Amino acid sequence: MTDLVSVTIDGMTVQVPKGTSIIEAAKQAGVLVPHYCYHPSLPSPAVCRMCLVEVEKAPKLMPACVTTVMDGQVVHTDSEQARKARTGVLEFLLINHPLDCPICDQAGECELQDYTFQEGRDSTRYGDYAKRYNPVEDFGPDVLYVANRCILCTRCVRFMDDVARQPVLNVSERGDRAYIGIDEGQLLDHAWAGNVVDLCPVGSLISKDFLHKARAWDLDKSASVCTGCSQGCNVMIDTRDNTVVRLRPRPNLDVNRHFICDHGRMNYRWMNRGDRIEAPLLREGSRHVASDWAPALVRLGELAAKGGKAVVLASGNASLEALGMVKALLKSSTATLAVQLPMAESEEPLGGVPNLALRRERAANGDGARLLGYSTDWQAAVKAASAADLVILLDVTLTDAEAALVGGAMAVVVLGTLLGQELPAAQLILPVTTVAEEHGVFVNRDLRVQRYQQARTAPGLARPAWWIASEAGRLEPSTAAEAFALVANLVPALAGLTYGDLGLTGRVVRAAVPSPQGA
Amino acid sequence: MSGTAHSAVHDENYQPVFVGDAKAKLEALFSKYPTKQACLLPALWMVQEHRGWISERAVGEVADVLGLTPAFVKGVVTFYTMYHTHPVGRHFIQVCTTSPCNICGAEEVTKAFLKHTGCGELGATSADGRFTVIEVECLGACGFATPVLIDDDFIEGVTPERVAGILQGYK
Amino acid sequence: MGYPHPSHAKETPVLSKYFGDAGARTFEGWVKRGGYEGLKKALGMSREQIIEEVKASGLRGRGGAGFPTGMKWSFMAKEVVKPHYLVCNADESEPGTFKDREIIRWTPHQLLEGCAIAAHAIGAERIYVYIRGEFTPEHRILTAAVEDAYKNGALGANVFGSGRRIDAVVHRGAGAYICGEETAMMNSIEGKRGNPRIKPPFPAVAGLWACPTTINNVETLSAVPHILMRGSEWYKGLCLSNPKSTGTKLISVCGHVQKPGNYEITMGTPMKELIYDMCGGMRPGRSLKAVIPGGSSVPIMTAAEIEDCPMDYEGIVAKGSMLGSGGMIVMDDSTDMVYQVMRLARFYAHESCAQCTQCREGTAWTTKILERILAGKGKPEDIELLLDLADNMTGKTICVLSDSCAAPVVSAIKKFRGEFDAYLSRMKRPATVGA
Repeated sequence: MTDLVSVTIDGMTVQVPKGTSIIEAAKQAGVLVPHYCYHPSLPSPAVCRMCLVEVEKAPKLMPACVTTVMDGQVVHTDSEQARKARTGVLEFLLINHPLDCPICDQAGECELQDYTFQEGRDSTRYGDYAKRYNPVEDFGPDVLYVANRCILCTRCVRFMDDVARQPVLNVSERGDRAYIGIDEGQLLDHAWAGNVVDLCPVGSLISKDFLHKARAWDLDKSASVCTGCSQGCNVMIDTRDNTVVRLRPRPNLDVNRHFICDHGRMNYRWMNRGDRIEAPLLREGSRHVASDWAPALVRLGELAAKGGKAVVLASGNASLEALGMVKALLKSSTATLAVQLPMAESEEPLGGVPNLALRRERAANGDGARLLGYSTDWQAAVKAASAADLVILLDVTLTDAEAALVGGAMAVVVLGTLLGQELPAAQLILPVTTVAEEHGVFVNRDLRVQRYQQARTAPGLARPAWWIASEAGRLEPSTAAEAFALVANLVPALAGLTYGDLGLTGRVVRAAVPSPQGA
Repeated sequence: MSGTAHSAVHDENYQPVFVGDAKAKLEALFSKYPTKQACLLPALWMVQEHRGWISERAVGEVADVLGLTPAFVKGVVTFYTMYHTHPVGRHFIQVCTTSPCNICGAEEVTKAFLKHTGCGELGATSADGRFTVIEVECLGACGFATPVLIDDDFIEGVTPERVAGILQGYK
Repeated sequence: MGYPHPSHAKETPVLSKYFGDAGARTFEGWVKRGGYEGLKKALGMSREQIIEEVKASGLRGRGGAGFPTGMKWSFMAKEVVKPHYLVCNADESEPGTFKDREIIRWTPHQLLEGCAIAAHAIGAERIYVYIRGEFTPEHRILTAAVEDAYKNGALGANVFGSGRRIDAVVHRGAGAYICGEETAMMNSIEGKRGNPRIKPPFPAVAGLWACPTTINNVETLSAVPHILMRGSEWYKGLCLSNPKSTGTKLISVCGHVQKPGNYEITMGTPMKELIYDMCGGMRPGRSLKAVIPGGSSVPIMTAAEIEDCPMDYEGIVAKGSMLGSGGMIVMDDSTDMVYQVMRLARFYAHESCAQCTQCREGTAWTTKILERILAGKGKPEDIELLLDLADNMTGKTICVLSDSCAAPVVSAIKKFRGEFDAYLSRMKRPATVGA
């Protein structure tokens, strides 16, 4: 039982554990203390001086990020003194800051803009004095350092030093000549280095990938989960006009804190691919003919009802709902279920955060599949497919050899996304949605069950695979939530769970029977 | 009168500093501090004594020897203004012009140095590579205006009239 | 003594008694002059006894802060769990101050003796003397003195046979005024950029390498052997005004006096006596205009304000300034106050470590405004702007460098407003800035 202390911030009294900083206690009271250098995932240097607040009985304004709360303390974050101090800091930051907003990517999501709009001066007193000039530096591979915009909050240096543990950045020079330097001949190629772009409160560290691509206020944002590996980092998918333009970390203190790795960050272009299966295709003789859903679903239902030996070959990024509903669809068959999980050579940890790495298992739902009884023995499953009555492929691209084996089955149904996934032998080729186009659930390596949300509309007639299975099998679920509830009850560990239980940060479950953990 | 040996401007054939005696001298310092990192300022002084300035390669060597990163060492080198990050004249002249000396004619002394060294402007090295003149902040000899540091020689009470004579001693 | 001038009758030479006496530099020379008896006595006393004696003497930090020294030592843990450290602040960089170097130049053993007594009192086995990089002769002298002290048992594993270990390491700075700030100094010793640290934690709790540390100025430590030898009552008795300011203070007088130099005065000596009697007053044909009594970071005083100003901590505060480091800059009527304030602002802008926004940007901006005023291009609103910036730069940063830049600007505008107006109204010709 931690000791609690009581503090009153802007008139609201809250109880917080002893040792809490004023800035964190303020969050409990619903107060955001403006700040730059402070970050909950980094050590606090208290250098930006933006978070100075008035504390009754203290002789000076106190930096909220490093001042711990004392029992009975009364804090005013918005008093005249505190506001004047903040206006002062903003003015000082702006004197050397270039008027780059029209060409700066950070505009619209810039904390300098935000706070200046809120309580900065409405005109400059700096007049036409020269501003400090430092050239743009390519910190590579994806990061540009626009030195003139830097406010020297040093978040990037502290991230690389303490969290990434690759200390290649420094503060060089002194006084108003200071800038961020990088090791001679080094690049910011650490597996997690891209986070410095998110950490930078202004447009000083920017992503080359996102350079001049879209304006922040044009973006729609959806909560999702990264499909890069089994870590299950929470991400935000940013889209503009239905095109995914950026992935950013979504804070989850129990999984990825405020970070995602560069592999995951760059792993979005495939979401915009145009070469998609867009309509259900039914086999008529030797050709595939496009059709509406109704006849396709009827045919799928018939195939499933026949029973016999069924094999499901599923992608490691198929949702829990999809995997479960397909399994439910095949209740009349003896089913062999397999999931494809690409494995990498090694993992790339983020040293400063416990239990966080780019994992070797490069798929998001390996453990969801395992909970549902899907095997990882792909070879065996492909072999079984060659003699099966029904094979369902769920968003996988087979090798030529695998396709040849699968072609030996009585009936093949492809639930696919990309045009390359069609098989000439298939009875049905049905368009499914990707993770960006549907609601669903992944289970990460720690058995955390996490929701992801739809970020863009699906092309053509593509529908979620759980829906196809539900319709074809005349099963109950007609929404993703209902599908999840049904699938959850197929697994003892997930029994009774609903979307409401998961929220947007997920929930960890315990496997009733310990399933072999992925890598 | 002291001068310092200078390495070649280009560091292609970089010769390590911390070998032989220099290495021994640095290692003798390790026992005086609980960390190797604390020997950073002394190590940088040693580099500058040997080479006249601290190059990128030297930064790398110091980082190696002390178990630090080059970025860290560079951050320290650029913080402290007495370390040179590029070659300077054989004799480095620092004239204090902060207020106590300023009101006692320090700027005239500076002008005299610029003139007699042929440097022309502050921070520039004279054409013959002999001198570099800079203004510095308070040298802590305010009652003996104007103090001037030439290499390791701390000279006090400098007036414009004395400058030419002082420079004679620095070849 | 009024080094480099002969000692004036109104001085009280204690620390400065042997300034100019090259014989005092060696171990033997110092012993001959009564040295190291203080340390020998201290080695026979307990830590608490020494601390009580120093507390009773009223000795206060002579580097600028004026914090009671005995109290500072008492913050160190009674039981030594992690190693304790003593740091001697020989970074003397406050414009106007040049006293510590004399102590080191002429009587390094006086300093080392004081350091050793302090180390014993705070339970430290190691002393780091941080000496600024520019003090090249002092560095040589001090290094030789340390070797000398080791040779003669005044430092080492068994100081004067007491069984007590006291080591000293001379650590050379590399050109950063900010390293004179105690937490920045610790970072510098640890081999980092000289950035001041946030407090808490305080050095006595977690200082060098997170171990309990005490940082004292050269002059403070040099007073300690005398207090031990002659007693706290004697030291307390050296007091001409406020009983909270006892002992002697070395005042480094520079600028427009006939005899600039270091003068050791009893606390409470009237400032007028120092300037006119001891320093010989103004140059011929000149009158006093301004005095910055305690190093450039304290408010400027006018000639009228020094009329009856006792030189001690309280006396100068009562007149609106501070004793600070005791670096007294005397300016006569030939001084362009606007120019000198600009030059001071430029000093602070050069020395800012860059951590805090107000200091990093504010010192440079203040300098630019003053330069423009001097160039004849100032605007009437510049005065209000300077004052507003000074207000934004005061009381809001990790250390007080920012406040130190504001102080001379604010006091100059308040007390020499006419000179600013002369530039602004173009009554005065623009000044050429720089060499």
